Amino acid sequence: MKKTLKRSNAPIFWALFGAGGMLSALLGPILVFITGLAVPLGMLLPADTMSYANMLTFAQNIIGKGFIFAIISLFLWHAAHRIFHSLHDVGIHAGIVAKLIFYGGAMVGTLITAYTLLAIGF
Amino acid sequence: MNKRRPYVRPMAGWWRKNPFFVEYMIHEGTALFVAAYALILLTGLVYLSRGEAAWNVWLEGLKNPWYIAFHWLTLAAMCYHTYTWFKIMPRTMPPVIVGGKRLPDFAITGSGLAVAATASLAMLGLVWGMAR
Amino acid sequence: MSENQRIIEIEVLRYNPETDKEPSRQVFEVPFTDDMSVLQGVQYIKDYLDGSLSFRWSCRMAICGSCGMMINGEPSLSCETFLRDYYPARVRVEALAHFPIEKDLVINMEGFIEKLESIQPYIIPKEERTLAQGEYLQTPAQLASYEQFSSCINCMLCYAACPQFGLNAEFIGPAAMALLHRYNIDSRDAGKAERMELVNSEEGVFNCTAVGYCSEVCPKHVDPANAVNQNKTNSAADYFLRFLTPKGGAK
Ligand code: SF4
Ligand code: FES
Repeated sequence: MKKTLKRSNAPIFWALFGAGGMLSALLGPILVFITGLAVPLGMLLPADTMSYANMLTFAQNIIGKGFIFAIISLFLWHAAHRIFHSLHDVGIHAGIVAKLIFYGGAMVGTLITAYTLLAIGF
Repeated sequence: MNKRRPYVRPMAGWWRKNPFFVEYMIHEGTALFVAAYALILLTGLVYLSRGEAAWNVWLEGLKNPWYIAFHWLTLAAMCYHTYTWFKIMPRTMPPVIVGGKRLPDFAITGSGLAVAATASLAMLGLVWGMAR
Repeated sequence: MSENQRIIEIEVLRYNPETDKEPSRQVFEVPFTDDMSVLQGVQYIKDYLDGSLSFRWSCRMAICGSCGMMINGEPSLSCETFLRDYYPARVRVEALAHFPIEKDLVINMEGFIEKLESIQPYIIPKEERTLAQGEYLQTPAQLASYEQFSSCINCMLCYAACPQFGLNAEFIGPAAMALLHRYNIDSRDAGKAERMELVNSEEGVFNCTAVGYCSEVCPKHVDPANAVNQNKTNSAADYFLRFLTPKGGAK
């Protein structure tokens, strides 16, 4: 009774999902706190924490670039994978279309991030 | 004639039928906030690449009360994601054997949360140090 | 009958394939004592109220794995779930979720049996030993590494707890994966490469979204979710490393 089995390509997306999930579990809350609350509200951190000069230096630094790239792209892959599966969970089995929209979206986001980081220069 | 006629029950609304599943859907839902936050950061990055004036527009925009409220919500969702991510860890990773005994679930979840807390503090310190 | 006997309402999901278009609920009033399980309540119905009620059971001591039912929506062994814990409320009894209902509380388990067979649930030795060579030896530590995954009683509660199996019946599912894992990590076995094909396939582990409820309901603490999720890592390693290793069970 041996069916022919087709290898799933899920490991690629699962690995990205896991990496993004771990990264956002470790640093998500504090990043949201810093960029979304502490800086705009002027709490805790120096007023010029996210000034243009500071952020430009950060984004021009190779480590800074790597960090920004990892955060944005992996968060996107994590979320895309989860939302894609949640749609399946609630009974929307959009299959290939949903796959294209979500994983494609994460891919586009990743490319824009990479492009912008390169455009900012070193 | 075969009198068997197995009945397959519909799955619609399954996740509302058990508190365990409701919780599952909520923690899956945190992904919406993770996505939104990544997009906010991506927008910021694009503005940054367009020069100082553009960046300041984006930075000012963050002070909008709606954005602030949204970030509070996102913070809550992220924290919940962190908690649930490490809560499920004992199920997702290979058993850790310490002194011939399997590490209990709470120890794994606890270590995960401790690492997250440490990383967060380190991050905050780092940002504070760099900005000064 | 003793004085502390009380009456509880048991609501049963009935389905007769010969006459019913779909299942419907029927409520029975059942006298019970503190020591009565839900299974005994259902047996009372069959013996005294409606002999046509169908359900499976055998051991009455949580070891044969045949009496699984949804009790108030939770997959449970009806022989180790007690009526007293629900009284005075009504207790709701249904056939195990996600499986086709054959009749009343009896589900169709053919798919599950096929899955059990498909994982090759036996030791595939590297080289056969002759009788003269004696048994395959194993240390207590080697036994301990898989023992938990070998305590499954095939009650299928974990499948009734798994929405991904409900959404896609092809998914190999928790118990079969736990058993597969049990053989893969057995020191005497060398069949991993063959079994990985199933793990890696579209019916394999990546249907799982780590809901984790299967491990929660398992009466034998097999932790099938752990078996499934450890094999995601194994499968991903197999996926990425197959380009490096010549014979990594890859197709
Ligand atoms: S893994 Fe647990 S719940 Fe699943 S069939 Fe085996 S004993 Fe039952
Ligand atoms: S009757 Fe055997 S497990 Fe319940």
